[in-house]
Amino acid sequence: MKFLRDLMDKQRPLFEKGGKLESLYYAFEAGETFLFSPNHTTAIKGAQVKDAIDLKRMMITVVIAMIPCLLFGIYNTGHQSLLATGATAGLWDNFGDKAIIGLQLVLPIVIVAYAAGGLVEAVFAVIRKHPINEGFLVTGMLIPLVVPATTPLWQVALATIFAVVIAKEVFGGTGMNILNVAMTARAFLYFAYPAQISGDLVWTYLGEKTAVDGFSGATALAVAYNAGVDGVPVVDALAEHNTALGADLFSFANMFMGWIPGSIGETSTLMALLGAAILIGTGVASWKIIVSGFAGAYLMGLLLNVLAVNEYMAMPPQYHWVMGGLAFGIVFMATDPVSAAQTETGKWIYGLLIGVLTVIIRVTNPAYPEGIMLAVLFMNVFAPLIDYYVVKANKTRRLQRATV
Amino acid sequence: MSKIVKLNKGFDIRLVGKASKEIANFASAQTFAIKPTDFIGLQRPKVLVNEGDTVKAGTPILVDKASDQVIYASPVSGEIVEIKRGDRRKLLEIKILADKTVIHENFGKIDLSQNRDSLAAKLASTGVWPNIIQRPFGIVANPADTPKAIFISAFDTHPLAPDYGFTLQGEEKYLQAGIDALAKLTPGKVHLNVDGSKPIDAIFSGVKNAQINQFSGPHPAGNVGIQIHHLDPINKGDLVWTVSPAGVVQIGKAVLEGVYDTSKIIAVTGSELTKAAYVKTFVGANVSAFVKGNLNSGHVRVISGNVLTGEKINLEGFLGFYHNQITVIPEGDYYEFLGWAKPTASKLSYHRALGLLSFLTPKKEFVLDSNCRGEERAFVQTGVFESVTPMDILPVYLLKAIMAEDFDEMEELGIYEIVEEDLALCEFVDVSKHPVQELVRKGIELIQYS
Repeated sequence: MKFLRDLMDKQRPLFEKGGKLESLYYAFEAGETFLFSPNHTTAIKGAQVKDAIDLKRMMITVVIAMIPCLLFGIYNTGHQSLLATGATAGLWDNFGDKAIIGLQLVLPIVIVAYAAGGLVEAVFAVIRKHPINEGFLVTGMLIPLVVPATTPLWQVALATIFAVVIAKEVFGGTGMNILNVAMTARAFLYFAYPAQISGDLVWTYLGEKTAVDGFSGATALAVAYNAGVDGVPVVDALAEHNTALGADLFSFANMFMGWIPGSIGETSTLMALLGAAILIGTGVASWKIIVSGFAGAYLMGLLLNVLAVNEYMAMPPQYHWVMGGLAFGIVFMATDPVSAAQTETGKWIYGLLIGVLTVIIRVTNPAYPEGIMLAVLFMNVFAPLIDYYVVKANKTRRLQRATV
Repeated sequence: MSKIVKLNKGFDIRLVGKASKEIANFASAQTFAIKPTDFIGLQRPKVLVNEGDTVKAGTPILVDKASDQVIYASPVSGEIVEIKRGDRRKLLEIKILADKTVIHENFGKIDLSQNRDSLAAKLASTGVWPNIIQRPFGIVANPADTPKAIFISAFDTHPLAPDYGFTLQGEEKYLQAGIDALAKLTPGKVHLNVDGSKPIDAIFSGVKNAQINQFSGPHPAGNVGIQIHHLDPINKGDLVWTVSPAGVVQIGKAVLEGVYDTSKIIAVTGSELTKAAYVKTFVGANVSAFVKGNLNSGHVRVISGNVLTGEKINLEGFLGFYHNQITVIPEGDYYEFLGWAKPTASKLSYHRALGLLSFLTPKKEFVLDSNCRGEERAFVQTGVFESVTPMDILPVYLLKAIMAEDFDEMEELGIYEIVEEDLALCEFVDVSKHPVQELVRKGIELIQYS
């Protein structure tokens, strides 16, 4: 590694103050600190030693936690595609074909998201003279996982650029943003190009082939919503749906495993929980947000059961956990430390309300079959307010102590 | 009513190089120094001696022109060999070449039955007064003030900290006299806070005239600021004093013997020492006698104090006035290839993202160097500062208020209750590598001088 180090040391003067490429210093810094932890030492006064962690390590942990979702998403994309065209029956039949179709669809999206996001990040770092932030490692992986595999690549790029600029850089970069960047990207796509991210036809890749007879392509959420409208018990409607693709496509177990149509990485509750285990185990994400998020969805589901005026409201609440992107959103989106509530008490409230809102939006709003996206963005906006009151309570305790 | 407080939040940094419980026969320090920069709040130091003067232990060397009641005295007897100034003639060190045997100024035994003000004035004239620290702000106390209580933390939970039960053995008489004197200075209580995780050390268990409270838990349970927060928190307008046990002993010696005796036992610690042990010396000792020839590597950082709150000095540097410990660790000015990504078991981290399996070896001791382990970033990680700060305080919000120089917010969020050491662990665990302690002092100064 000495040769790399020597190379860096040789190039360094070019980028330092007075060097020819001074303006690109932060681009150089990003590369350098990626390869080598810097040789900075602690100040004369104060802590003389530092914890071995840094932001890079923390962010890469989140990326690792997403890998189960990514791998599952790749395979499931291929699986759904072959299933719809009648080319496969069992889960593990045609393993190679499924993996290849999945890779062909998903990898370009991941690459485009990283390239577009990284480029914007680098441009802003150079112009605004701030270090390139590691947050985009996470964003670049999150965005591909929340879009359908059929999303045009230019839309992925556009959404990523929009989100990084509008949701992050205008506020001053990672650490200053109010909204979750990946959710903003998805919201952008949802409102700008609804045809490519909603409806029944976008979730499954068919390519040149035609689908088998009786194939609908609808997601479980759409089926559940329609069941509510039609007055059929949701569980029955789910069980009867799409028998062309196998009788138990929307069985609870199948939805929990994630062998259903949907955005690339969000279908599997199991993989999201695996990610949650990694995030909680490493202490990177707040377990309070995750637990209270799931609890909020369940409790709201229960409450709707009591108040039920249609079949969707009467659906057993645990179905909310496994349908759509709730699990993925709570585990990876809601826990974004920057846009979430920052006080410990606030995290309970924030997570709970995300769960509650998601279910309300799902069940009561015909325009948005999936509620997690709007719930997270909405609570991102409210997180500072929650924190404001938690902090105020702290101040009040101090004040009361003084007067008694 | 003594209190028993159990704290859960915090983190013990376990380092290699604990001092073995023996007095090592290192060479004696030849020179000693008073460093005006050790005394926070010392505004305009005025030197009362010249190079070449001979002084006794207790001879006034410095006063603060802003409050000239308190004298800063020579810790030993000998000759003033150098008055070292830095940029803009800032006074850095007054060095004294010590006599073989220390001769003391004798100002007579102190009668504790005199009234409070004259007792305070008397103590201020003996050199022991700078041991008394005022909170809020963590500055040398003003003898004219009356504190609502006085707090003494009888144990130190910092990394490799000295064991006061060992360093103060045989000083029971002086400890008691010091506490008696302090009790006269406050209408409130004197709190002596001992380590509740083990039987109370013999030297503290017999103390009278003070409320003995027990604190247990990981560091910073031994920080007096944390203890105050749980006993009798500081509100706006409150004034309390704190003294270290070594300071109390000095006060006791002034009371009983009528001398300024600064002899103390300090811990010489750290992974880079061949022999880590205790040594008997005086306040402000030149550390080279204990460190040189005792190193097992070449590229080291010598710290007066501990690794969390100490100050980097060089091999010829001097022990800080308030420090009872020196620590020698490797200097960390090297690059590490993919240092952030490598899985490792040899690095210490509070965060499980790095130390995932560290719970398997909770007693493992680490060698830490002075490398920052990353670059400064915006605040991202949340909840960690709170989990190492056993107080009802929101450190991140307080630090942001300081950055924004928002005075009201700082007050409301509890700036009066903390000094640097109370948030030192935040600086250690911070993913974004902020200079937390520097910020705390900046905030305190903003409030203090506003």
